[in-house]
Amino acid sequence: MGDFFSYFSDHVSQAVSGLGVTVEATLLGALLALVLSFVFGLMANSKPLLVRGISRVIVEFFRGTSLYVQLFWLFYAFPLVSGYELSALFCGVLAFGMNYGAYGSEVVRGAINAVPKAQWEAAIALNMSPWQRMRRVIMPQALVQMIPPFTNLLIQLLKATPLLWLIGAADLTTAIQQMRDRTGSSTAAYLTLLVVYFVLAYAMTLVLNAVERAGKRRLGQYTGARGLLRTRTAEGAAAAGPKAPVGGGAV
Amino acid sequence: MTFEWKWDRVSDAFPMLMDGFVTTLLATVLGILVAAVLGLIVAMANRTPTRFVTVPLRILVEFIRSTPLLVQLVFAYAIFNTVDPLTIGIVVLGIHYASYLSEVYRAGIDAVPRGQWEASRALSLSPGRTWRAVILPQAVRNVLPALGNYAIAMFKETPFLAVITVAEMVSKAREYGSDHFAYTETFTLAGLIFLVASYPTSLLMRRLEKRLGH
Repeated sequence: MGDFFSYFSDHVSQAVSGLGVTVEATLLGALLALVLSFVFGLMANSKPLLVRGISRVIVEFFRGTSLYVQLFWLFYAFPLVSGYELSALFCGVLAFGMNYGAYGSEVVRGAINAVPKAQWEAAIALNMSPWQRMRRVIMPQALVQMIPPFTNLLIQLLKATPLLWLIGAADLTTAIQQMRDRTGSSTAAYLTLLVVYFVLAYAMTLVLNAVERAGKRRLGQYTGARGLLRTRTAEGAAAAGPKAPVGGGAV
Repeated sequence: MTFEWKWDRVSDAFPMLMDGFVTTLLATVLGILVAAVLGLIVAMANRTPTRFVTVPLRILVEFIRSTPLLVQLVFAYAIFNTVDPLTIGIVVLGIHYASYLSEVYRAGIDAVPRGQWEASRALSLSPGRTWRAVILPQAVRNVLPALGNYAIAMFKETPFLAVITVAEMVSKAREYGSDHFAYTETFTLAGLIFLVASYPTSLLMRRLEKRLGH
C-alpha cells in the first residue's frame, strides 16, 4: 500500500493531467448531451408525425444499443468504414453526448409535459406567440424540473468515463492504472480511484443543487440552504413520480 | 480507402456472439436477482430507527452509487483474485444496482398507505408478518416496473464484465473482430442484438407500468 502512495505523490502531475482529461470528457460530453436533449426533446413534443418519429427512432436507437458498443463502434469500426480515424477523447465525447442526449431528451419531454396545462392555456389567452409562450412561461418552469434528473444523468456520464481507459485515452483511470502496474498495489490504487470519482460526483452534485436552488428562487419558490448539501435524490419507484429512471430503458 | 461490408463475416460471427449472449443474459438475470434481494434488505434496514445503522448505510449506498461500475469491477477482481470472474461480475453488478434499487424500494414502501401499518398493528400482527403479509406485497407491486427498467439498464452494462475476462457477448465480438479484422460487422451486430433484445422488453415494461396505473 505504501508503495502506491509514495509513487502517487511523486507522480501527482500524471494523475492531475488524467483528471483533466476525465473532467474534459465529462463536461464536453455533457454539453453535447444537453444540446441533443433539447433538440430531440422538443422534436418529440412537436406536432408533425415525421419530426416526432425521427426523434423517437434516434432516441430508441441510442438508448437501446449500449454505450459500450457505441463507443467501441466509433473507435474500432468507424475508421474502417469512413477512413477517418477519431481520437479516443473525441470518440468518448461523441458517444457520451449521443447516448446521454437520448436519455436527456426524455427528461426534457417529460418536464415540458409536466408544466400544468393551465399555464399553456393562460399563455394562449394572453395572445402570446408560440415562441413567447415557450420562452417566457413554459421553459422557465420546465427547466427547474429538469435539473434533478439532469444531475443524475451527469453523474452517470461521469461514471462512464473510465471506458476511455479501454480505448487508450489518457484519462484518470488510465493514469491510476499505470501507477498500479508500476507498484503492484491494486487495492490502494483502485480505492484511490473510487474516492476521487466519489469526490468528483459529489462536487458536481453540489454545484447543480445550487443551480436548482437559484432556478427555484427565480420562480418564487424559496428553499432552505440545507438542501444544498443533500446528495442526489434517487428516482423512486414509478409511484414516486414521472421522472425517468436514470440509465433505465423505458419511461 | 474502400470499405466492403461482408455478410459472411456477419453469419460467421453470429453463433459466437450468441454463445456470449447466453453469458450476458445469465449475468443480467442473476445480477438483477441479487440486486432485488439486497436492495430490499438495505431499504428495510434503512427504516430501523437507530442512526447507528442508517447513517453508515446511507454513506455506503451513496458511495457505491457515485463511483463507476468499471472501477468497482476491477477493484473486486483484484481483491478476490481466486474467485471465478463471472461470479464477481454478478455480485458487483448486483451490489451496484442494489444501491439504486434500495431507493426505489424506499419510495415503494413509503407509497403504501399509513393506514395499512396502523391496521396491522390494530390486528396485533408481528413486525415480520406485517412486512410479509401486508406491506411487501403492495410495495413490490409499486416497484416492479422500475425493477424491470433497471434490469434493462443492467443488461446494457454487462459489456463491462469483459474487463474482468468474462466471455460475454461484446468480448466475443472484440475477439472475433480482432481475429478477422471485422470490427465493423461484429460491433454493428452486437449493437443490433442489444437493441432487438432490450427494445421489446422496454415496451413491455411501459405497458406494465400503464396497467398498474402509474
